[in-house]
Amino acid sequence: MTLFFSKNSLKASLPIAVAIFLAFFVATSLWAQSNKKAENTKFNEKCLKCHGQSKYKYDNPQSHAVVTKRMYLETIINRNLFSNSNHGAFKCTDCHSEDYDTFPHPGRLRMDAKNACIDCHGGDEAYAKFKFEQIEKEFQSSVHATKHSEDFNCWMCHNPHFYKIKARSNEKITDIVAYDNAICLNCHADVTKYQMLTDKVNPNILQKHEWLPNQALHFKNVRCIECHARANDSILVAHNIQPKAKAVRRCVECHSTNSILMATLYKYKVKEGRSKAGFYNGIIMNEGYVIGANRNYYLGLISLIMFACVAAGILIHATLRIVKRKK
Amino acid sequence: MSGKLYLYPVWLRLWHAVNALLILLLIASGISMQFSNPEHPFIRFDVAVTIHNLSGMILTLNYLVFLVGNFITPNGLYYKATVKGLSQRIMKQFVYYTYGIFKHEKAPFPVTKESKFNPLQQFTYIMAMYVLVPIVLLTGWALLYPELILTKFMGGSGLRVNDFIHVIIGFFLSFFMFVHIYFCTIGATFISNFKSMVTGYHEQHD
Repeated sequence: MTLFFSKNSLKASLPIAVAIFLAFFVATSLWAQSNKKAENTKFNEKCLKCHGQSKYKYDNPQSHAVVTKRMYLETIINRNLFSNSNHGAFKCTDCHSEDYDTFPHPGRLRMDAKNACIDCHGGDEAYAKFKFEQIEKEFQSSVHATKHSEDFNCWMCHNPHFYKIKARSNEKITDIVAYDNAICLNCHADVTKYQMLTDKVNPNILQKHEWLPNQALHFKNVRCIECHARANDSILVAHNIQPKAKAVRRCVECHSTNSILMATLYKYKVKEGRSKAGFYNGIIMNEGYVIGANRNYYLGLISLIMFACVAAGILIHATLRIVKRKK
Repeated sequence: MSGKLYLYPVWLRLWHAVNALLILLLIASGISMQFSNPEHPFIRFDVAVTIHNLSGMILTLNYLVFLVGNFITPNGLYYKATVKGLSQRIMKQFVYYTYGIFKHEKAPFPVTKESKFNPLQQFTYIMAMYVLVPIVLLTGWALLYPELILTKFMGGSGLRVNDFIHVIIGFFLSFFMFVHIYFCTIGATFISNFKSMVTGYHEQHD
């Protein structure tokens, strides 16, 4: 039997074949994924026709008139924000009942329990790195859960339609800070939302933080949770929001070589304590400067050596003056 | 030769006292912040920051007093050095401090009404007051309003370079301060120069 390829040439072409297969596999998966998203986006238009805008219209079968109504603010979904969000590839009915298919929507659907993060993400290998189980545990110990029980859920902070994870991205820290702080301010700077859960008057954040030196600078460069949540080594973003009395108030918690910022805001960026150039917490210096946390090891060492030399020089000079003084 | 020379007018003594106090506060609070340690705080961080900021602001005003004073009174003349032969004169004074003083030699540049600083003093004072202090004040104000520093240097933030300069110059001024205080003990007596700061009169060596 004649072979078209020798054994050697077959051996040589094997890696190429594997590479082509893998490339094909990846390309088809990506295509299938984007195709699926396009398919779902098309499907979602049935909902977004009304929920994607501030008003909706329907035919009244009795009066035979077209009725225009304003859409309830909380049920308006911005198409772009949804599409760019972490859940942007889903169909509305992946999470909401398929019975929403009919209009008017059946009233009983309002009573349906909403999913929490853990319902989909819990126990799933694909999401293991996010450690949702631990996040859930932390949240359950947080002041949000202990003070408000069932009323407070994941969606209060992480809007399922718009939320986009930021902490693992390579965006500028200040952008991450602004995005994350907006989540807190969504309620803490809006009395109507704040009072959905309590009858208390929403404290004025600027006044409450008057003690903080360079307040504006702090608000721009660190997240609320840096001081208001207990840092956790095993998850990326702390969810154990602490009561007011336990918030970090000692400046040196951040402004020292053991800065907690390295365990919180800069956790994803770096794992080293001292950078190659000798700066403690050097990664922070790419985007900001934290007095006490960013001091340079070598500069400290040189200054101590110089100080010792100056002190020794003075001591020797003074001793000689005393020894050689006129009798 | 012995006697008393009136070298330090009231404004200068007041300026000097305020300057000394502020610089000591700045050194103490600066070291406390630079080496901040939660377990062993030297000065509580927020207190150190407040002391440092306020002292720096007042020091700036005091520095303006120094500049204006030196401009409108003859005191400024003491800071005008003749460059020609300066290094030889500095070396001569240096040799006196490291050798001659122990042999009880006469100071090579005795204090007169026309020249109250010896060449080494004159050089270090010019460097401290006209180079290091302005740099430390400017970089200090820049750290007080960090958002104003927009320039980026060497791939890092301007803030980082600015702070590095501020800290290094701060260290040099600290060393200057220690040596300066020690050299004050070299006078007619151990405390005569300290008395001069109060009375205004310089006591001459025998």
